[in-house]
Amino acid sequence: MFYRENGQFKTSYRADQQIFPIAQDRIAVVALLLAAFVVVPALASDYWLTNILIPFLIFSLAAIGVNILVGYCGQISLGSGAFMAVGAYAAYNFYVRIDGMPVLLSLILGGVCAMLFGILFGLPSLRVKGLYLAVATLAAQFFADWMFLRINWFTNNSSSGSVSVSNLQFLGLPIESPMSRYLFCLSVLAVIGLLAKNLVRGAVGREWMAIRDMDVAAAVIGIRPMYAKLTAFAVSSFIVGVSGGLWAFIYLGAWEPAAFSVDQSFKLLFMVIIGGMGSIMGSFFGAAFIVLLPIFLNQFLPAAAGLVGLQISTASVSHAELMIFGALIVWFLIVEPHGMAKLWATGKQKLRLWPFPH
Amino acid sequence: MKFRKFVAALAAVVAGATLVASQASAADAKEQFFPLLSYRTGPYAPNGVPWANGKQDYIKMINARDGGVNGVKLTFEECETGYATDRGVECYERLKSKPGVSLFDPQATGITFALTEKVPNDKVPLITLGYGLSIAQDGQAFKWNFPMMGSYWTGADILIQYLGKKEGGLDKLKGKKIALVYHDSPFGKEPIPVLQERAKMHGFDLQLIPVTAPGVEQKSAWLQVRQSRPDFVLLWGWGVMNSTALKEAQATGYPRDKMYGVWWAGAEPDVKDVGEGAKGYNALALNTSGQQPKVIQDILKYVHAKGQGTGPKDEVGQVLYTRGVIIQMLGIEAVRRAQERFGKGKVMTGEQVRWGLENLALDAKRLESLGFTGVMQPLSTSCSDHMGSSSARVQTWDGSKWNFVSDFITADEQILKPMVKAGADKYLADKKMTRRTGADCQS
Repeated sequence: MFYRENGQFKTSYRADQQIFPIAQDRIAVVALLLAAFVVVPALASDYWLTNILIPFLIFSLAAIGVNILVGYCGQISLGSGAFMAVGAYAAYNFYVRIDGMPVLLSLILGGVCAMLFGILFGLPSLRVKGLYLAVATLAAQFFADWMFLRINWFTNNSSSGSVSVSNLQFLGLPIESPMSRYLFCLSVLAVIGLLAKNLVRGAVGREWMAIRDMDVAAAVIGIRPMYAKLTAFAVSSFIVGVSGGLWAFIYLGAWEPAAFSVDQSFKLLFMVIIGGMGSIMGSFFGAAFIVLLPIFLNQFLPAAAGLVGLQISTASVSHAELMIFGALIVWFLIVEPHGMAKLWATGKQKLRLWPFPH
Repeated sequence: MKFRKFVAALAAVVAGATLVASQASAADAKEQFFPLLSYRTGPYAPNGVPWANGKQDYIKMINARDGGVNGVKLTFEECETGYATDRGVECYERLKSKPGVSLFDPQATGITFALTEKVPNDKVPLITLGYGLSIAQDGQAFKWNFPMMGSYWTGADILIQYLGKKEGGLDKLKGKKIALVYHDSPFGKEPIPVLQERAKMHGFDLQLIPVTAPGVEQKSAWLQVRQSRPDFVLLWGWGVMNSTALKEAQATGYPRDKMYGVWWAGAEPDVKDVGEGAKGYNALALNTSGQQPKVIQDILKYVHAKGQGTGPKDEVGQVLYTRGVIIQMLGIEAVRRAQERFGKGKVMTGEQVRWGLENLALDAKRLESLGFTGVMQPLSTSCSDHMGSSSARVQTWDGSKWNFVSDFITADEQILKPMVKAGADKYLADKKMTRRTGADCQS
């Protein structure tokens, strides 16, 4: 009843080709953006902004990037942490070495460096596929770990290897308060998210999906595998690089290479798998699941135990957190192997028929 | 049907969450709150647990014995970081806005670095006893950091001084090979500048051998040690890295009595599993261990005897446990000192506690009344010096316990002071900040 496109006639190509062809989608997106930009800042506490929403936004962005590569183009990558690291360290170098460098520009330049790095490590994808490619991209991860630990120039010769940024500004406004940091991340995410959504519907996106579904057939119908694969690597690592810059600049403030370890790569891959491969929406679900669930469990468990009069120690809470988190991942993959985005799609389908299912 | 079930499950979880969230604890106005960042899981847990237990038990003891600080009850909440920076930041953000928050002891160098950028805005002090950012000793540059009793730089300096003494003079180190086997993280890299400076001064050959965190795999590092046969190995490890290093040294045949650990590589969990194999291994000691000191006796009497101890009773008084007790004592004494100025029996804010930390004066007499005689060196901080004291001893593991083998050695101010100042100035310049003025010291 609520979600039915019957009667929405498209009378021009423009109307048919817009990002969200269904009116309800458009309303929902506008409402969501309004809520994120206006309602959330008005209601959320500082803790919510800094610890729940900012990590969620940044990892959603990273997951969108990984999803383009893994979900849309079918190139499994375990080097996402490395692309984040390159984005973060490159942005750091642009920011501290060039006087008066705006934060946003250094983040974008960081993304560009990550893009070049991604193209370089995407080259093996022209020869190797599947699990072998995963191993090849793992090399990017180890290379980045080594590079940022050993080459002092990248860390501005910091003796401890840890680097930090502060006094961030955007157009003269300080990005210090939780609210301004949240809005900054949200703006970046909104712009890149919409661009990505648009990209995957277009010619490039279709080429990626063709390569994913069957690369030989795609080549036969005239899609250049090299071009398609390398653009996927480029776009994906650019987005992941920007998110790495945001994670370092906006959330951590000071970081070391361990912040972008191989764990981060796995986490991003899990987000895409759990959220739903080949779905922009799924990236948000995946990020929410992986980022927020541990924090939620960590706070929910002691409180829940308190309700039944139990005291549990911090150690058992974190053990339980890991166990429940693991169990939930397995449960999800069994219940819905296509990720949470599939649940979303099923939900939409049901809404179409509701309240009169067959 | 499946979908409906799923939606129902989701709704139940959300309902549960809101129920819990609405139960936010109603805090008493007259409570001084100590957020405790700790790690009881992961590769650093063997060392993190006694540290965290010491901090908790001391708070419980002060509440039970003295009823708090001048009538202000002390409360705490622990948050598990797993030694990971992002989780540590999350814990910090979660706990920093609780009413009556006093100070943070991040228990990890990586977390300290991240929080150093955040505390000036939030106005909560950081106490990083024997770890953290070495240049933060300069209180005029780092208003909110307190690396009390020592930093990695003082630790490295003391070790070289001890080796010099052992060889019969620092000039005898000329031509010797000293290898630093370090945790490849800011924690392990911090001492390198001081060691390089000393190497230049005395002409010894410094070899840097990194171990990938967390340090369970060290074969290649010890292969390097075997090839170059250094005269001494300095071990800069934490958690499982230490016991693994000792086992590897044993396997490689590198004599343990030529190995010197920092004070984070000199506790019971590091050597106990290796047992006889660790015999002769040396490490720095910031504090004593054992159950004889009065403060430990008080903890046993007021906390453990009542069954309220945090950890096992026989681990009370271990090296890291005692260090946790000292850290907590310094925090509580800072609150007491702040109360002397800002009003006894009141809850102190982070800013007031910071003043207390900066104006601590714990002489031998005060330490005795606190029950810390012999446990630690007297300490007094000031606006320019946030460290308070920079002495440590060397101890040796005899297979069953740690024995002191040297007197207190104080880090050489002549060498460290210019380095600290230069480092702090560079930090300030990078951040476009200026040194605190004299007037700021009064506030």
